[in-house]
Amino acid sequence: MSGKERLVAAGFAASIVGAALFVVAYATGNSRLLEGLSLAFAAACLSAALTGWFAWILPDDQVVDEYETWSESSRHAQDVNLHVGTREIARSGVLLRLFAVACGCFGVAALVPLRSLGPELGTSLFSTKWRRGSRVVRADGTLVRKDDLNVNSFETVFPEGAAGDARSQTMLIRLPEDADGSAAGYIAYSKVCTHAGCPVALYRAQARQLLCPCHQSVFDVADNGRVVSGPADHALPRLPIEIAPGGYLRARGDFPEPIGPGFWERA
Amino acid sequence: MIQRVLDAIDERLGTAHFVSHALRKAFPDHWSFMLGEINVYAFLVLVATGTFLALFFEPSAAKMTYAGPYTLLDGASVSQAYASALDLSFVVNGGLFVRQVHHWAALLFIAGIALHMGRIFFTGAFRKPRELNWVVGLSLLAFALLAGFSGYSLPDDLLSGTGLRIFDSVVLSIPFAGAWLSSLLLDGSFPSDRMIPRLFVAHVYLIPAVIAALIGLHVAMVWRQKHTQFRTPGRSERHVVGSPLFPNYTVKSLALMFAVVAVTFALGALVQINPVWLWGPYDPSKVISPAQPDWYIGWVEGALRMGPPFALHLWGHTIPSPFWPAVLLPSLIFAVLFAWPWIEARVSGDRARHELLDRPRDNPLRTAVGVAMVVFATGLTLAASDDVQARYAHVPVTALTRLYQMFCIFAPPAAFVLTWLLANDLRSRSGSGKAPRVRLRRNAQGGFDEEALP
Repeated sequence: MSGKERLVAAGFAASIVGAALFVVAYATGNSRLLEGLSLAFAAACLSAALTGWFAWILPDDQVVDEYETWSESSRHAQDVNLHVGTREIARSGVLLRLFAVACGCFGVAALVPLRSLGPELGTSLFSTKWRRGSRVVRADGTLVRKDDLNVNSFETVFPEGAAGDARSQTMLIRLPEDADGSAAGYIAYSKVCTHAGCPVALYRAQARQLLCPCHQSVFDVADNGRVVSGPADHALPRLPIEIAPGGYLRARGDFPEPIGPGFWERA
Repeated sequence: MIQRVLDAIDERLGTAHFVSHALRKAFPDHWSFMLGEINVYAFLVLVATGTFLALFFEPSAAKMTYAGPYTLLDGASVSQAYASALDLSFVVNGGLFVRQVHHWAALLFIAGIALHMGRIFFTGAFRKPRELNWVVGLSLLAFALLAGFSGYSLPDDLLSGTGLRIFDSVVLSIPFAGAWLSSLLLDGSFPSDRMIPRLFVAHVYLIPAVIAALIGLHVAMVWRQKHTQFRTPGRSERHVVGSPLFPNYTVKSLALMFAVVAVTFALGALVQINPVWLWGPYDPSKVISPAQPDWYIGWVEGALRMGPPFALHLWGHTIPSPFWPAVLLPSLIFAVLFAWPWIEARVSGDRARHELLDRPRDNPLRTAVGVAMVVFATGLTLAASDDVQARYAHVPVTALTRLYQMFCIFAPPAAFVLTWLLANDLRSRSGSGKAPRVRLRRNAQGGFDEEALP
């Protein structure tokens, strides 16, 4: 054995040790580090030993192959045979056309069950679970009263009976004073970004802006949810709310327009 | 022993003729010719680790109360998918290691494809007769992206759910069919209980089967057409020179295989990736900031961040803003890439067969187009983390977004011009880059005369 062969042999031997270490690491406990490193070590030793083998020990053999270009004559024969076959088939042109139509129909029929994948569109994209008179609840289902929120704070709210509903999620914000269309300083916007549907989860009280952390669309709370900057193409829909007797917040109806990102059927 | 087996097979199938040629098949030696093989081996690692994960993962959106070793989530209502992802990380012996290897191998797989594709593009290896294999390779990239995104979305953590929400919004933005497609994919509107099981079918059965078939086709075409080679002495358009498949290339390739295994395993052991327990279970009203996708989706995410806030309203219908950056732009990029071999043949008028590779400088136009595209993709990808950069640099994120918009508009043309000038300059300094064609003739003295050919 030459020195280089001995080195390569040592690599293979080290790899065997690595594999054995892995078995020990696995048997003695759930350690990502030891399990991974022992196997990685075994693989690295194998790789190094094989590299040494082809670089040092195998002769630097070079072989020559020819790039083939395929003969014109067989292509010609192909054309002739195709022509012969086509002529036979085309003799009954009606059959050929019917066959094509039948195949098409079969293919379409076989695709029809894909329709089972999803329900009819209906109005699901146009409405949420908010109704006229829906009381405002938090994610845990508790009702929101008009003194519950501090000025300049916000809360994620849902219609009563649909706490956690993804499409109905709403940002309820308490402004320092009563603004246009707000109820006792409360103002509510859909929490689903009109750009790509992420939750518009950040409120900057000073600027009165809602910010979507996904693509940084910014909406103006004081101006009907208008887009201030970012890629959103339309304003955040506002939920009409009022204070019910007893001080509970409730909706005066669903959002006046579809919430969330745009789609073809939306006007 | 091997000989006896091969002999037995030959007696029954007549394979000896093929195998005898195959053993001495020539594979040209250049480090960049190994890039594609990295991806084959990364795919093997993915299949092996993915199979292990699939034995434990529960693709179900059904809610349960978490009561596992990760006490911070004790009593939380989580999906079975998320709970099983946590169990894979904390309960199954070796589970976290295999999970991290799987994720790292996926990142490496797509990075390898991108590098390999760059090598093919900049050396003109896609030219006749290899246009079809360029199409197969590009399809592999597309399916690798799908595989990556569908896998990233499976654990039902807060990041993956947010990514799916964005994906659904992009599907919704497609004219005519968007809302229908979304309803068919999700079985209703987002979020739905069918998302995770359907993604599982796509990620575990459909996409890997397509990738495996395409890899088979890809390699079969390389085998049939033989590998391209650089224009060095002794190489010609007629003969390919390289190491024999057996033993040299086999040993070399096995060394690479174990190197890929070693790197992915070491990364899986040492470098934490996608700690889903930190993100928490998906809740459609929650989001984490900053949130970035895996690197290979970054270009679409960046395009979404920089996209124009513009919706097209037509006769009571809407094409919303995500359509332009996330549907139209990627479609255009892939269309140009798929058509590139034919575009280039048309522009250059060169429809001849090419077995010898170009150096990038040999074709300034192609190289300039390629560099411009790389610069463009880099700008898009960097923009995908503009919020993180803004935080570190203490600048408003809107300013950074504006900067990247300017970059993506002006930098690619600038890169095009610079590259074109540079390539032309390099080419003129080093001659045409093509070895002069000469014919050798034996002369009466027994020596050789060179005769220049056009």
